[in-house]
Amino acid sequence: MQDLLYFFQQLINGLTIGSAYALIAIGYTMVYGIIGMINFAHGEVYMIGAYTALIAITGLTAFGIAWLPLVLIVALICAVIVSSSMGWAVERVAYRPVRGRHRLIPLISAIGMSIFLQNYVHLAQGSRNIGFPALMDGGFQFGSADSFQMSLSYMQITIFITTLICMTLLSLFISRSRIGRACRAVSQDLRMANLLGIDTNRIISATFVIGASLAAVAGLLLGMYYGSVDPLFGFIAGLKAFTAAVLGGIGSIPGAMLGGLILGVAESMTSGYLSGEYKDVVSFSLLILILLFKPTGLLGKPEVEKI
Amino acid sequence: MLEVQNLSMRFGGLLAVDQVTLDVQEHEIVSIIGPNGAGKTTVFNCISGFYKPTGGKILFEGGEIQGKPDHKISRLGMVRTFQHVRLFGQMTVVENLLVAQHRHLNTNLLAGLIKTPDYREREQKSLDRAAYWLERVGLMELANREAGNLAYGQQRRLEIARCMVTEPKLLMLDEPAAGLNPAETKDLNQLIISLKEDYNVSVLLIEHDMSLVMDISDRITVINQGRPLAAGTPDEVRNNDDVIKAYLGEA
Amino acid sequence: MATPNFKHALFCAIVTIVIAYPILGLNLVAESTRVIVEGADTTTVISVFAAALVVFLFQLFRDRIMASLGGLPKLNPFADREHMPESKRARLESWVLTGIVVLALFWPFFVSRGSVDLATLVLIYIMLALGLNVVVGLAGLLDLGYVAFYAVGAYTFALLSQYAGVSFWMALPIGACLAALFGLVLGFPVLRLRGDYLAIVTLGFGEIIRILLNNWTALTGGPNGIGGIPDPTLFGMEFGRRVKEEGNTSFHDTFGIAYSSEHKVIFLYLIALILAVITALIIRRFMRMPVGRAWEALREDEIAARSLGLSRTAVKLSAFTIGAFFAGFAGTVFASKQGFISPESFVFLESAIILAIVVLGGMGSQLGVVLAAIAVTILPELAREFSDFRMLVFGAAMVLMMVWRPQGLMPMRRTHIQLRRQE
Repeated sequence: MQDLLYFFQQLINGLTIGSAYALIAIGYTMVYGIIGMINFAHGEVYMIGAYTALIAITGLTAFGIAWLPLVLIVALICAVIVSSSMGWAVERVAYRPVRGRHRLIPLISAIGMSIFLQNYVHLAQGSRNIGFPALMDGGFQFGSADSFQMSLSYMQITIFITTLICMTLLSLFISRSRIGRACRAVSQDLRMANLLGIDTNRIISATFVIGASLAAVAGLLLGMYYGSVDPLFGFIAGLKAFTAAVLGGIGSIPGAMLGGLILGVAESMTSGYLSGEYKDVVSFSLLILILLFKPTGLLGKPEVEKI
Repeated sequence: MLEVQNLSMRFGGLLAVDQVTLDVQEHEIVSIIGPNGAGKTTVFNCISGFYKPTGGKILFEGGEIQGKPDHKISRLGMVRTFQHVRLFGQMTVVENLLVAQHRHLNTNLLAGLIKTPDYREREQKSLDRAAYWLERVGLMELANREAGNLAYGQQRRLEIARCMVTEPKLLMLDEPAAGLNPAETKDLNQLIISLKEDYNVSVLLIEHDMSLVMDISDRITVINQGRPLAAGTPDEVRNNDDVIKAYLGEA
Repeated sequence: MATPNFKHALFCAIVTIVIAYPILGLNLVAESTRVIVEGADTTTVISVFAAALVVFLFQLFRDRIMASLGGLPKLNPFADREHMPESKRARLESWVLTGIVVLALFWPFFVSRGSVDLATLVLIYIMLALGLNVVVGLAGLLDLGYVAFYAVGAYTFALLSQYAGVSFWMALPIGACLAALFGLVLGFPVLRLRGDYLAIVTLGFGEIIRILLNNWTALTGGPNGIGGIPDPTLFGMEFGRRVKEEGNTSFHDTFGIAYSSEHKVIFLYLIALILAVITALIIRRFMRMPVGRAWEALREDEIAARSLGLSRTAVKLSAFTIGAFFAGFAGTVFASKQGFISPESFVFLESAIILAIVVLGGMGSQLGVVLAAIAVTILPELAREFSDFRMLVFGAAMVLMMVWRPQGLMPMRRTHIQLRRQE
């Protein structure tokens, strides 16, 4: 009985982390779908979202505002505004000027951007990790066996629900709105879309902004969940989210969701049954194995090499 | 020498090539013609190993080669050019020719590091071969220019020279006249005939403009919408009703 | 002034404030158990707004600024100069290089111990950057886990000396070959991947190696690392005050001079110098050999290279393995210089620094890479204040270089080849 409860606990933890990974993974998968490049600085955009949220929460507390829903919504809005501006700026400065050049060039530019942003926050906010105030304590307790008790915290529920809302909004946006349709057209064939009068530059910017906004949401959620942020916060999370995107099939939005959940569960099972130290090893190995044996991922479409 | 039997290639639901059969004998120029989008380049890609055909057989000098990796097929002695010229743009003209000759070179790392006599001799031979072909296609003066900076017609000629230094048995040219002016096209046709006459190379040629290949081809295969439409000597093809219909229909 | 331009400029200025102010202007400070927000000093706030103003003005007059920039006389006074004949230039370059090496040979005897130590570090970075240059600059494969091979070299020496008492000279080839083997084994499956996937897989691999080193405590000592790595010997002569190994003599006794700890530092420097020169010479040869041309051909156009019979896997693997080999080389020297290694020295940041050196110097260019290695290592030492900003500047420099000068500060020059006219 205890074993079973322990297993379910790991499952819950994994799904929590996984759904947050999925939010970040959307940014990778959408950008990749449209311009075919890895947005290496995406993890940093997410990290900046987490910092902004923390600054907003702390600032509100200083003014004596402590009504939780208000605090969370203000923090969320601040994080989304700052992160999406950052996403927009990153594309303008580091990616647009090198678009279409030899494939190595945008890649190095993106890595340079990632290093720059990491150190930008490091210099401004210090390298130490800073604690997030515990805003949402407690949760539901489930059947306990022996000394073990399974729990589902309010924080975890919030993460699930927020992810669900974001994903629904995103799907509606992509399928219904004008920009969403243009996004799909551009990801099919950028040059053709351009010829048909779609302002591809705007669509690419929009993609970065959407990805960055979702990353900011994830930044707030995971920052609260882990309870602290530091400038390297985005680096590993970015890698994980990228793994999730590839696992699900890069370019595919449902794939990112699926990939995130699988990765989250795989990770929490490793921490739960093996050792927390090796959870990163497991996810990177997973990434390498997928790229080797099924580079199109679970839900991706095969690419035909054009000559 | 080359025999293609019932070649088919399917991409998802699209049958790009359907039961194409053709052959090239020694000392022969064979052309594949057909309207744009007829599947000519796909046939080429299957023969040269970039695609793995979904059906049919390809035999080169009696051995089956379908599905073999492209670099192995090329090493058997059949090399190709591309519809859009593919040079090593940042390398010099002569370096482009040296890369192609790696099989004739001593690629042993140690031999190269200490410059053994055998290594030097082979290196010199390949330089001479490069020089010969540069002169043959009129690019000798540009030998140390970056290939990417050449004019378009020069790039086309360099691409053919790059194939020839590998001393192929079969040369496959994908729309070699595309983008050339009439004078350049005439020179090119003469070059292709001379490759056959003087260097004993068989040529398989793709062209969508019929008139270009009529003079130089020994035989022509016409394909339309992935299916073989007609085959025979230029005169036979010229007078074939189906071909006329396909081309007039397209025009 | 056109309205859209004004709107766009205003938008850019606002974005500048939005992305700069919260992070720069509001600092999180931990105060006992609580975290509070403090406003930054006035200078920071003013600079944020000044930056926004600059962005605004630049975007507003962008077209005119760009036009006038284009009209400026060339910044490089040598740009318009007649190019030297190729043979003369090559001869001059080899003279200059020989001169530098000779100078570098005698230089350590006249400067302080600290400078020599730093110079040894520079030489290690030169070796690393030359090796990575093969992989990234020549073969066009972005390897973000290069530091893993460096770690393999360093740990090989550390472990061999600890468990088997192997000396530096024995460990040097073993470390390099083991690193090359790692490159071969890991490269084999991953080199089929597209460029950007390769980058992320190598990054993940680098992290895996580091995590393993950190956690395999029984073998590697975990985060505590391995100490007591022996110094190199010169024909059985040790550089310590007392001889540690049976059968060895000490350097100062043999030559009847007073013991000085500087001897060892200079000796290590000279070893690093010789190895760096050897590395440069070997790679220089490779570049002019069929294998080097194949690397570049694959970087330029993989499909064309394959159509000419080059095996993609073999060519990429050779670049990857040779790059790893020299990283292992550098790792062994590093372990010997430090006397102590831990996973701390092999983080992603190191890979990023080496990549920055290659990118700044000019991908493919050896002289450029050497100069960039010197600049990147020494600048933070010269200006202490700068060392905080080091990675910020490197990151920004990588972006700017890619946008404006992807060929690097000293782009690679193509060798001219003399041809004999054929009949």
